Amino acid sequence: MIDLDLILLLFLVICAIAAVHMKDLLSATMILTAYSLIMALVWTNLNAVDVAFTEASVGAGITTVLVIAALSRTKRREED
Amino acid sequence: MQDNIILRTVTRILIPFIQLYGFYVIMHGESGPGGGFQGGVILGASIILYAIVFGIDQGRKIISEKLSDTLNSVGVLIYAGIGLICVLFGGKYLEYNILPLGSAHLASDMGILGIEIGVGITVASVMITIFFETARRER
Repeated sequence: MIDLDLILLLFLVICAIAAVHMKDLLSATMILTAYSLIMALVWTNLNAVDVAFTEASVGAGITTVLVIAALSRTKRREED
Repeated sequence: MQDNIILRTVTRILIPFIQLYGFYVIMHGESGPGGGFQGGVILGASIILYAIVFGIDQGRKIISEKLSDTLNSVGVLIYAGIGLICVLFGGKYLEYNILPLGSAHLASDMGILGIEIGVGITVASVMITIFFETARRER
Protein backbone atom coordinates (compact mmCIF):
# COMPACT_ATOMS: atom_id res chain seq x y z
CA MET A 1 0.00 0.00 0.00
CA ILE A 2 1.23 3.47 -0.86
CA ASP A 3 1.93 5.59 2.18
CA LEU A 4 -1.28 7.51 2.93
CA ASP A 5 0.62 9.98 5.08
CA LEU A 6 2.82 11.01 2.15
CA ILE A 7 -0.17 11.69 -0.13
CA LEU A 8 -1.92 13.75 2.56
CA LEU A 9 1.19 15.80 3.26
CA LEU A 10 1.64 16.41 -0.48
CA PHE A 11 -1.94 17.73 -0.69
CA LEU A 12 -1.25 19.82 2.42
CA VAL A 13 1.74 21.55 0.80
CA ILE A 14 -0.20 22.13 -2.45
CA CYS A 15 -3.12 23.68 -0.53
CA ALA A 16 -0.82 25.92 1.51
CA ILE A 17 1.01 27.26 -1.57
CA ALA A 18 -2.27 27.75 -3.47
CA ALA A 19 -3.85 29.64 -0.54
CA VAL A 20 -0.89 32.05 -0.40
CA HIS A 21 -0.80 32.66 -4.17
CA MET A 22 -4.56 33.12 -4.70
CA LYS A 23 -5.64 36.70 -5.60
CA ASP A 24 -9.34 36.09 -4.88
CA LEU A 25 -9.64 36.14 -1.09
CA LEU A 26 -12.84 34.02 -0.99
CA SER A 27 -11.06 31.27 -2.95
CA ALA A 28 -8.10 31.55 -0.58
CA THR A 29 -10.48 31.05 2.36
CA MET A 30 -12.00 27.94 0.79
CA ILE A 31 -8.55 26.48 0.09
CA LEU A 32 -7.60 27.19 3.71
CA THR A 33 -10.67 25.17 4.76
CA ALA A 34 -9.52 22.27 2.59
CA TYR A 35 -6.08 22.63 4.23
CA SER A 36 -7.70 22.33 7.68
CA LEU A 37 -9.69 19.25 6.63
CA ILE A 38 -6.57 17.50 5.29
CA MET A 39 -4.73 18.49 8.48
CA ALA A 40 -7.52 16.80 10.49
CA LEU A 41 -7.02 13.63 8.42
CA VAL A 42 -3.27 13.80 9.13
CA TRP A 43 -3.94 14.08 12.88
CA THR A 44 -6.31 11.09 12.69
CA ASN A 45 -3.63 9.13 10.85
CA LEU A 46 -1.22 9.96 13.69
CA ASN A 47 -3.78 8.56 16.23
CA ALA A 48 -4.35 12.02 17.77
CA VAL A 49 -8.17 11.89 17.53
CA ASP A 50 -8.74 14.66 20.05
CA VAL A 51 -6.57 17.13 18.13
CA ALA A 52 -8.20 16.03 14.86
CA PHE A 53 -11.61 16.74 16.36
CA THR A 54 -10.54 20.24 17.39
CA GLU A 55 -8.96 20.90 14.00
CA ALA A 56 -12.11 19.80 12.15
CA SER A 57 -14.55 21.82 14.27
CA VAL A 58 -12.48 24.97 14.82
CA GLY A 59 -10.21 25.05 11.78
CA ALA A 60 -12.65 23.93 9.13
CA GLY A 61 -15.87 25.19 10.73
CA ILE A 62 -15.62 28.34 12.83
CA THR A 63 -12.51 29.91 11.25
CA THR A 64 -14.07 29.80 7.76
CA VAL A 65 -17.24 31.49 8.98
CA LEU A 66 -15.32 34.19 10.85
CA VAL A 67 -12.96 34.90 7.92
CA ILE A 68 -15.90 35.14 5.49
CA ALA A 69 -17.72 37.46 7.94
CA ALA A 70 -14.60 39.65 8.07
CA LEU A 71 -14.32 39.44 4.26
CA SER A 72 -17.87 40.77 3.85
CA ARG A 73 -16.70 44.05 5.41
CA THR A 74 -13.82 44.60 3.00
CA LYS A 75 -13.00 44.09 -0.68
CA ARG A 76 -13.00 40.59 -2.14
CA ARG A 77 -10.00 40.94 -4.44
CA GLU A 78 -6.45 41.59 -3.39
CA GLU A 79 -4.82 44.64 -4.98
CA ASP A 80 -1.33 44.51 -6.41
CA MET B 1 -30.44 34.02 1.79
CA GLN B 2 -33.81 34.46 3.53
CA ASP B 3 -35.96 33.40 0.54
CA ASN B 4 -34.24 30.09 -0.30
CA ILE B 5 -36.76 27.46 0.79
CA ILE B 6 -34.38 24.46 0.51
CA LEU B 7 -31.78 26.16 2.71
CA ARG B 8 -34.38 27.18 5.29
CA THR B 9 -35.99 23.73 5.51
CA VAL B 10 -32.70 21.81 5.68
CA THR B 11 -31.40 24.19 8.36
CA ARG B 12 -34.55 23.82 10.43
CA ILE B 13 -34.33 20.00 10.27
CA LEU B 14 -30.54 19.85 10.82
CA ILE B 15 -30.12 22.18 13.82
CA PRO B 16 -31.59 19.82 16.51
CA PHE B 17 -29.28 17.02 15.38
CA ILE B 18 -26.22 19.30 15.44
CA GLN B 19 -27.08 20.41 18.96
CA LEU B 20 -27.72 16.82 20.12
CA TYR B 21 -24.30 15.86 18.75
CA GLY B 22 -22.73 18.81 20.57
CA PHE B 23 -24.26 17.69 23.89
CA TYR B 24 -23.09 14.12 23.18
CA VAL B 25 -19.52 15.32 22.62
CA ILE B 26 -19.60 17.33 25.88
CA MET B 27 -21.02 14.42 27.91
CA HIS B 28 -18.55 11.84 26.57
CA GLY B 29 -15.50 14.06 26.88
CA GLU B 30 -13.95 12.09 29.73
CA SER B 31 -14.22 8.61 28.17
CA GLY B 32 -13.64 9.29 24.48
CA PRO B 33 -12.43 11.93 22.06
CA GLY B 34 -14.08 15.31 22.44
CA GLY B 35 -14.82 17.41 25.46
CA GLY B 36 -16.07 20.79 26.56
CA PHE B 37 -14.19 22.82 23.97
CA GLN B 38 -15.15 20.78 20.90
CA GLY B 39 -18.75 20.32 22.02
CA GLY B 40 -19.03 24.03 22.76
CA VAL B 41 -17.74 24.88 19.30
CA ILE B 42 -20.34 22.54 17.73
CA LEU B 43 -23.14 24.10 19.82
CA GLY B 44 -21.99 27.59 18.82
CA ALA B 45 -21.82 26.54 15.17
CA SER B 46 -25.48 25.50 15.23
CA ILE B 47 -26.54 29.01 16.36
CA ILE B 48 -24.17 30.58 13.81
CA LEU B 49 -25.75 28.44 11.05
CA TYR B 50 -29.18 29.67 12.10
CA ALA B 51 -28.00 33.30 12.06
CA ILE B 52 -26.41 32.92 8.60
CA VAL B 53 -29.54 31.42 7.03
CA PHE B 54 -32.27 33.45 8.78
CA GLY B 55 -30.40 36.74 9.17
CA ILE B 56 -28.37 38.36 11.92
CA ASP B 57 -31.31 40.22 13.50
CA GLN B 58 -33.40 37.03 13.69
CA GLY B 59 -30.41 35.27 15.27
CA ARG B 60 -30.05 38.01 17.88
CA LYS B 61 -33.70 37.37 18.82
CA ILE B 62 -32.78 33.79 19.82
CA ILE B 63 -29.59 34.70 21.71
CA SER B 64 -29.83 38.31 22.83
CA GLU B 65 -26.73 40.35 23.63
CA LYS B 66 -27.56 40.22 27.33
CA LEU B 67 -27.99 36.42 27.33
CA SER B 68 -24.71 35.71 25.52
CA ASP B 69 -22.82 38.12 27.79
CA THR B 70 -24.33 36.37 30.84
CA LEU B 71 -23.50 32.88 29.53
CA ASN B 72 -19.90 33.99 28.90
CA SER B 73 -19.40 34.46 32.63
CA VAL B 74 -21.70 31.65 33.85
CA GLY B 75 -19.39 29.00 32.35
CA VAL B 76 -16.32 30.49 34.03
CA LEU B 77 -18.31 30.69 37.28
CA ILE B 78 -19.19 26.97 37.08
CA TYR B 79 -15.53 26.07 36.44
CA ALA B 80 -14.18 28.22 39.29
CA GLY B 81 -17.08 27.22 41.58
CA ILE B 82 -16.41 23.49 41.26
CA GLY B 83 -12.73 24.15 41.92
CA LEU B 84 -13.51 26.19 45.02
CA ILE B 85 -16.05 23.60 46.32
CA CYS B 86 -13.21 21.06 46.24
CA VAL B 87 -11.16 23.49 48.36
CA LEU B 88 -14.07 23.87 50.82
CA PHE B 89 -14.23 20.08 51.33
CA GLY B 90 -10.55 20.04 52.26
CA GLY B 91 -8.86 19.12 48.98
CA LYS B 92 -6.75 21.05 46.53
CA TYR B 93 -8.21 23.24 43.77
CA LEU B 94 -10.04 20.93 41.27
CA GLU B 95 -9.27 17.77 43.31
CA TYR B 96 -12.61 16.13 42.48
CA ASN B 97 -12.34 12.83 44.33
CA ILE B 98 -12.64 14.62 47.68
CA LEU B 99 -16.30 15.47 46.87
CA PRO B 100 -18.86 13.57 49.06
CA LEU B 101 -20.70 11.66 46.29
CA GLY B 102 -20.27 8.07 47.49
CA SER B 103 -17.20 6.58 45.85
CA ALA B 104 -14.15 8.61 44.84
CA HIS B 105 -14.46 7.32 41.26
CA LEU B 106 -18.03 8.65 40.90
CA ALA B 107 -17.03 11.98 42.44
CA SER B 108 -14.16 12.30 39.97
CA ASP B 109 -16.47 11.55 37.02
CA MET B 110 -19.07 14.07 38.19
CA GLY B 111 -16.43 16.74 38.79
CA ILE B 112 -14.97 16.34 35.31
CA LEU B 113 -18.49 16.40 33.80
CA GLY B 114 -19.26 19.67 35.61
CA ILE B 115 -16.01 21.20 34.35
CA GLU B 116 -16.80 20.11 30.79
CA ILE B 117 -20.27 21.67 30.98
CA GLY B 118 -18.81 24.96 32.23
CA VAL B 119 -16.18 25.04 29.46
CA GLY B 120 -18.83 24.14 26.86
CA ILE B 121 -21.17 26.97 27.90
CA THR B 122 -18.38 29.57 27.79
CA VAL B 123 -16.89 28.40 24.47
CA ALA B 124 -20.30 28.24 22.75
CA SER B 125 -21.34 31.73 23.83
CA VAL B 126 -17.92 33.25 23.08
CA MET B 127 -18.05 31.82 19.54
CA ILE B 128 -21.57 33.25 19.10
CA THR B 129 -20.45 36.64 20.44
CA ILE B 130 -17.39 36.81 18.15
CA PHE B 131 -19.52 35.92 15.11
CA PHE B 132 -22.26 38.45 15.85
CA GLU B 133 -19.77 41.22 16.57
CA THR B 134 -17.86 40.50 13.34
CA ALA B 135 -20.93 40.22 11.10
CA ARG B 136 -22.90 43.12 12.60
CA ARG B 137 -23.80 45.96 10.23
CA GLU B 138 -22.50 49.44 10.99
CA ARG B 139 -25.30 51.81 11.87
